[in-house]
Amino acid sequence: MSENTRTIKNAVCTFCGCVCDDMELTVDLDEHRITKAKNACILGRSWFSEHVIEDRPIAAIGGKEVSFEEAVEESAQILTKAKFPIIYGLSEASVEAQREAVAIADYMRGSIDSTSSVCHGPTGMAFQGVGESTTTLGEVKNRADLVIFWGCNPAEAHPRLFTRYAVTTKGMFIPRGKKDRTVVLVDPRKTASAPVANIHIRPKPATDFEMIWALRALIKGKKVNASIEKVTGVPLETLQDLAERMKNCNFGVVFFGMGLTMGRGRYFNTGALFSMVTDLNEYTHFVVKPARGHGNVTGADQVLTWQTGYPFGVNFNLGYPRFNPGEFTAVDNLARDGADAAMFIASDPASNFPKAAVEQMKRIPVISLDTRRSVTSELAYVVFSTSAWGLNEHGTAYRMDDIPITLRPAFESPYPSDVVILSAIKNRVFELNIDKRSIGMSARSDIGKATLHASM
Amino acid sequence: MVSATRIVNGKVYDPINNIDGVIRDICIEDGRIVESVPDSATRIEAQGMVIMPGGVDIHCHIAGPKVNAGRKLMPEDHRKDPYPGTAVTRSGSGGIVPSTFTTGYRYATMGYTTAMEAAVPPLSARHTLEELHDTPVIDKGFYVLLANNIFLQNLIKEGRQEEFQQAVAWWMNATRAYTPKLVNPGGDEPWKGKRNTNVHDIDEKVDGISPRQIIEAFVIAADKMNLPHPAHIHCNNLGHSGNYRTTLETMRTAGDKRLHIAHIQFNCYGGEVGKQPASKAAEIIEYINQHPNITCDVGQVMFGNALSMTADAPLAYMLRGINKNKWVNADTECESGCGIVPFTYQGHVYTHTLQWAIGLELFLLTENPWQVILSTDHPNGGSFMNYPKLIRLLMDRGFRRQEIARVNQKAIAKTMISDLDREYSLYEIAIITRAGPARALGLKNKGHLGPGADADITIHDEMEDKEMMFNAPRYVLKSGVHIIADHEFREDHTGRLLHITPEYDQKIEEVIQPFFESYYSVQFENYPIDKSYMHDNEVISTGST
Repeated sequence: MSENTRTIKNAVCTFCGCVCDDMELTVDLDEHRITKAKNACILGRSWFSEHVIEDRPIAAIGGKEVSFEEAVEESAQILTKAKFPIIYGLSEASVEAQREAVAIADYMRGSIDSTSSVCHGPTGMAFQGVGESTTTLGEVKNRADLVIFWGCNPAEAHPRLFTRYAVTTKGMFIPRGKKDRTVVLVDPRKTASAPVANIHIRPKPATDFEMIWALRALIKGKKVNASIEKVTGVPLETLQDLAERMKNCNFGVVFFGMGLTMGRGRYFNTGALFSMVTDLNEYTHFVVKPARGHGNVTGADQVLTWQTGYPFGVNFNLGYPRFNPGEFTAVDNLARDGADAAMFIASDPASNFPKAAVEQMKRIPVISLDTRRSVTSELAYVVFSTSAWGLNEHGTAYRMDDIPITLRPAFESPYPSDVVILSAIKNRVFELNIDKRSIGMSARSDIGKATLHASM
Repeated sequence: MVSATRIVNGKVYDPINNIDGVIRDICIEDGRIVESVPDSATRIEAQGMVIMPGGVDIHCHIAGPKVNAGRKLMPEDHRKDPYPGTAVTRSGSGGIVPSTFTTGYRYATMGYTTAMEAAVPPLSARHTLEELHDTPVIDKGFYVLLANNIFLQNLIKEGRQEEFQQAVAWWMNATRAYTPKLVNPGGDEPWKGKRNTNVHDIDEKVDGISPRQIIEAFVIAADKMNLPHPAHIHCNNLGHSGNYRTTLETMRTAGDKRLHIAHIQFNCYGGEVGKQPASKAAEIIEYINQHPNITCDVGQVMFGNALSMTADAPLAYMLRGINKNKWVNADTECESGCGIVPFTYQGHVYTHTLQWAIGLELFLLTENPWQVILSTDHPNGGSFMNYPKLIRLLMDRGFRRQEIARVNQKAIAKTMISDLDREYSLYEIAIITRAGPARALGLKNKGHLGPGADADITIHDEMEDKEMMFNAPRYVLKSGVHIIADHEFREDHTGRLLHITPEYDQKIEEVIQPFFESYYSVQFENYPIDKSYMHDNEVISTGST
């Protein structure tokens, strides 16, 4: 370690959806790395310490080092020549990069999808169906006297959810922290989060929907047959007790994770949970919050929604955005041999997608943007090495509660940011695709739209 | 970009400069209107056309967290209304809450060149700025929600008005906002902290503070700071029968100081709480006619789809109870609540027709159209895409009678609408859509066509059917850029952020910071918004800057 260090206060950890912004980083300016991250959790500490500048070419095509400009040109050509190109990833990139990525998808008339489609996609679909009563994390800290964790394991996935936002932290109306809250964990497994809970309910795996539906009935004062225990493994009395606790708290919150969204039932589970929380607002104030994984997966949802109207799984083939999970989502696009070119941004799908999807990745030209070597970058044809968002670059990340946080970079990287790369590709894709975009598109077509709208 | 333009032979409507349908040239250079331009300037032939300043929307919901939640909530609505890109414009989705690009382009297509997002929690101001950056063509700003801010309420309770004013100024700077917004003042704490109840009277105290105390504090602070637009208020009891008394009391609280009442139609109801409403438009407009310190926008209800989105969370929950449709609630710590509910206004329903008729009564009864500004509280009363139809309802008595005949006659009989023969002139339309909102906002370079004004100009073919006419201006210029020519998009444009920077004593940060560290979930130092979010911007001057 050198003597040449600097300290950055109020820096932001972008590892998980908590996006904690109270980091105090010590940076070794000679070695270009972070040596200490005060206030970081165990996940944050390794996030900061593992980021070192690797010795890689800025760009490579087919394994050979090329200039930035050559790689941009090749990428734009690939995306333009393809009939059904896809962009995927986005959740470990800044909002500024995400905006550029959506523009590329629009200009090239391809598909764009974020990691939402393999984590909280069903949460987004439930939201579209029934809405959601939700909150920012500070209101949980200030008010929540009943905190339920359902199908998630913050002790290992979001450690500071406990300490900074939802359990031990003290708030305006929760002066004694955890002593003023009741904590409930719903999980079949005895996870590392179990010791935090006052009550641990262990249903049989994949019976969440049935349990939530029974709770909805109990909340409304309807009778539930004692055989519910056979279905869910949870005694009726336990469910009755939970229902009463939920109705009688002052401010209740449910955090939930992929135990609900990626288990049997998917958006039925999340839709049922949202409906239950809505029901509870007849009796008291109740909110629900998905515990989002990646640092800016929430931002990807936000950007896609404001630019296209839809949160993930968007396609521009017809010259305007369409949404269809299962059709325009990345796994499905790849697995059915649909995608004929792909650009992966700050993501490593080759390491975790199903086999059929990964096989397709090997058959088509792949463009990869990442800070480090990955399974995906190894099979990619065009590879860009990027600086690390948040550590080397300014930008914005959305916390799991949709609060945007400005990043404070710690040290400089010799590599370009994904914003710079995507912006260059965007400009070239725009030029190459100008013929596809009608020049004579009439502003007057809105007359018909207005009439259509009024008659709807 | 065209640097100089001369528009010739068009009929000009420019109420701020008292020009009522006079044929004269308009000259443009470097984005501004000038006295003359060289002969080499591009010419636009506007014979048979009407020239007006670009429209100014004083109250709409187009960007930020609740708007994006509303967008995400309505895929079925986007699907029916795709918005293809062109060689110069981005694609998007339409419907009741269009995507950001579509929002900007559709405003432009309608001849509107400025719009103000009306309700943003400070903690989400950064999000709003990012969306506004992606909302093309128009100039824009936003009002920041401060009336349910717990820290500010504490200062009011303790009688610390001077520090309160300093803190409001700090918040305006920290968020890059245009003016303070008050929504159901005092109503958040009962909602979040007292099991979803609400405050019911302007003098009811909740935890030691009443709505009237909050309103008064903001009116005084805005006046002292000489803000270009005063406190902008969504009154208590909005949507409830009998609420006109609250509205009158709210206006009286301002005394002779300036105050803007948002979407006032929703606050003109007689009758008993929980029972059918009646029209009190005449009582409200009577007060406004006698008090030039008050401005309002109407919040006209238009039949068809709407999306109720408001920081008034108890109101949204009440609306949700009507049809049990999908519902969003979103609390923001220490600052705000929010509710979103899809809604359809139907002509056969008594209450919906009454609301529609009350809005029209307000327009037709006003003695001074400068005070009564056109809005639908987009998308709450209906999409901004309804403005051309609303203009026709005001300008065309025959059309209005046809529409009246199609809706609930019981409701119509409870209003004066059938007896009102007034027809708005083009000059008056230019006031309620352009000059009036620009003046109420204190935007000296907008809403008129005199030298020095921003060259935001719309040129319409003069037509008998005013809906058709205002649906599609033939030319739209924004800051002198020819955005639309012959009904086609020719250029894209980013538009500017309009905001204010009132001065404040930095010592106020020492008062705010301890509260922040105890009760917020973000660091105080990370809360104010830095310049990187500003894109093109313009500071509108206050008394103190």
